[in-house]
Amino acid sequence: MKEKVQNIVKKFHNDRSRLMDILLDIQKDFNCIPDEAASIVATLLNMSKVDVNQTISFYHFFSKEPVGTYAVYLNNSAVACMMGREEVARAFEEEVGTSFNSVTEDGLIGLWDTSDIGMNDQEPAAIINGIVFTNLTPTRVKEIVIGFREGKDISEMVDKYGDGQNSNELIRSMVNNNIRKKGPVLFSEYEVGMAIRNVANYSPEQTIEIIKNSNIRGRGGAGFPAGLKWEFCCKSGGEEIYLVCNADEGEPGTFKERVILTELPMLLFEGMIIAGYALNAKEGILYLRYEYKYIKDYLEDVLQQLRNLNLLGNNIAGKGGFNFDIRIQLGAGAYVCGEESGLIESMEGKRGEPRNRPPFPVQKGYKNMPTVINNVETLSSVVKIILNSPEWFKAMGTKESAGTKLLSISGDCKHPGIYEIEWGMTINEMLEMVGASSVQAVQVGGPSGVCIDPSQFARSISFEDLPTGGAMIVIGENRDLLKEFVMNYTDFFIEESCGSCGPCRSLTVILRNKLQKIMDGKGVKADIDELYEWGNYMKQVNRCGLGQTAANPILTTIENFRPLYDSLIKTDDDFVSTFNMEKAVADSCKYVGRVPKL
Amino acid sequence: MDNTEKIKFVIDDKVCYAEPGQTILEAAKSNGVYIPSLCYIEGVKPPGSCRICNVRVNNRNLIACTTPVAEGMIIDNDIPELNELRKAIVEMLFVSGNHFCPGCEKSGNCELQALAYRFQMMVPRFPYEFPEKGVNATSKYIFHDRNRCIMCKRCIGKVMKDEKHVFAYNSRGGEHLHVVMDEELASQLTEEEATEAMDICPVGAILKKERGYYSPIGHRKYDKESIGSDIEKK
Repeated sequence: MKEKVQNIVKKFHNDRSRLMDILLDIQKDFNCIPDEAASIVATLLNMSKVDVNQTISFYHFFSKEPVGTYAVYLNNSAVACMMGREEVARAFEEEVGTSFNSVTEDGLIGLWDTSDIGMNDQEPAAIINGIVFTNLTPTRVKEIVIGFREGKDISEMVDKYGDGQNSNELIRSMVNNNIRKKGPVLFSEYEVGMAIRNVANYSPEQTIEIIKNSNIRGRGGAGFPAGLKWEFCCKSGGEEIYLVCNADEGEPGTFKERVILTELPMLLFEGMIIAGYALNAKEGILYLRYEYKYIKDYLEDVLQQLRNLNLLGNNIAGKGGFNFDIRIQLGAGAYVCGEESGLIESMEGKRGEPRNRPPFPVQKGYKNMPTVINNVETLSSVVKIILNSPEWFKAMGTKESAGTKLLSISGDCKHPGIYEIEWGMTINEMLEMVGASSVQAVQVGGPSGVCIDPSQFARSISFEDLPTGGAMIVIGENRDLLKEFVMNYTDFFIEESCGSCGPCRSLTVILRNKLQKIMDGKGVKADIDELYEWGNYMKQVNRCGLGQTAANPILTTIENFRPLYDSLIKTDDDFVSTFNMEKAVADSCKYVGRVPKL
Repeated sequence: MDNTEKIKFVIDDKVCYAEPGQTILEAAKSNGVYIPSLCYIEGVKPPGSCRICNVRVNNRNLIACTTPVAEGMIIDNDIPELNELRKAIVEMLFVSGNHFCPGCEKSGNCELQALAYRFQMMVPRFPYEFPEKGVNATSKYIFHDRNRCIMCKRCIGKVMKDEKHVFAYNSRGGEHLHVVMDEELASQLTEEEATEAMDICPVGAILKKERGYYSPIGHRKYDKESIGSDIEKK
């Protein structure tokens, strides 16, 4: 083992900031990160072992214990559950003979819960040894488990490939794109390399000016003007500038980046190259979520094609000094790494805990250098702005929200999938587009967004009204909103909180327990009021977007679905004692052999 | 340096001056204004993890230990709304750990307890969780009791041996995050280093072995005067 681990560490030049890559390689080779390997890594990198372990234990897909020769990571997010996840989970448990979050005695099969894997349009879905299995059914589970027992290679068990590039020999995945509506920005035809050759004739400042004039705002959810971000970064004056593309879409319900990465990687990389030119950056990094590892080889191949076309590397497009290259950094399973400063920490080989601001990443980001972090969709759109014009882009959408938006729509609708719409579409129009009727609620922007009721369906999808990073979940009228969604999402935040802010760590749990109390029929009116009041503490004091929005599922449903909560509480009591004397003394009664007179 | 080269700001209606580069917390301190905090210690990059030092500037909550003070800033600190929020955070820390003050060696020197007194906490508004947490007594001089740990990160940032972290976070999230001690490194700490580690810890999670009740309860730091009063007296 020692030699193997030494070689891996050596491959990354004994560089502590590449700890993620080191651990990913070890996990791959040993199917876990054995304690001994962690010790060797610690010694070689001159770190304490607890320091190495704190990175390992942060990420869902790193494990100190073997995860099973076949490791099944089954999505447990709300939409997966809507689509039959529980039956599939039970089938796995029955066929395999072990419960979730454990490994069979022979070490052959491990079953694991996992947060959203970006497949909400084809749930229930699982990642098994890095390969995605979609639309699972109990019958399919039986076949898969038989395959495990026969010792089949996991890739042989993919019986059919999905549409588009999913059948590419470097992907070979059963995932479907489900592109339902192609819009004028991302999905329009274009000539590869043209935009890069165009900007090579501009100065970096002119390029930034074009992007600023287009009014494009970040597509990840926060909506910061992209051109302004580039300009701030350039003015920070660091020795090096880094460009990072955030492909860590972990918001339950979003899967648009999966489709861009599969169908339009060239467009995305061109956007990165243009941004690199504008920023005078030499290195670009694509931070790819671990769940999308199955696309990585294909992406590497596309990068090589770009190098062969002289669109990546040195003297790009024949312009002396236009040097830029891109590397792919794989994550290891952590929602909070989608937060830009958490992502930087992760790229530096650490726990993905968001940083305190200021300084902002544009001032001090990756390796303490000015860093621009843009969303996949933002960078892809940049290419079309260059090829057409800022005016062309601004002519679409609304005043505050220029251009188009990719929506990932899932839940109770006939046509879940990807839709490129112009900003400004109303929720009613969206529901009609996806074939949804009898809708109780729409979760706009995923769990960290808002849950709205039908009286608000005339509102428009835009930064000025209903902003969204793209996740739209349609919730039908027969669903139990509190149990299936609010509780599921609150559990999600408890699991995915990095925990370093006291209020985020503690309150998520306190709120969950209070919600459970209400759902158990033990709540009174004061419980709802407290739930609301305490949830608002989260917004005020937490450091990052996760912490500030982790109470949103509770807060926005109290605001918009108050009768649901009211129907669960005891209205004739001011307080309810949850104390049950008989239950409390049951254990001691057992030992002393008598019961108290109550 | 006279006041013309300094940064002028206002906190709780008091006109103050700060050196460039000072954080709000440091600047307030040198002007005799106490901003309650738990995770901040001098000389270490503030983790900003306890969130107690949040103050209000332009209607926005900012963390005083990480935000540089700026010219003309008008800061609200000692206002009922913020003190209520801070008290709630203190209460959260009490319910999500196991803090039994009467039996704790740190009682009277504990900053969490002292803040609870300062905010006049009676009974936490949140239900107690009584979580199960472990202890680690493997090191020669240190007793590490996670029941009392508030995961403020002070020990992680400050307690080093041979330039390596003796303490670190493990796992993540609301239910699993905890602080662990590197047994190998901890066993190499000298008696002085162990005492230092105990003093760094704001609560009684890191205790120096064989030093119980060195000074009697009732005669300890916060038994005599409330936390922050040393700053406010200046």
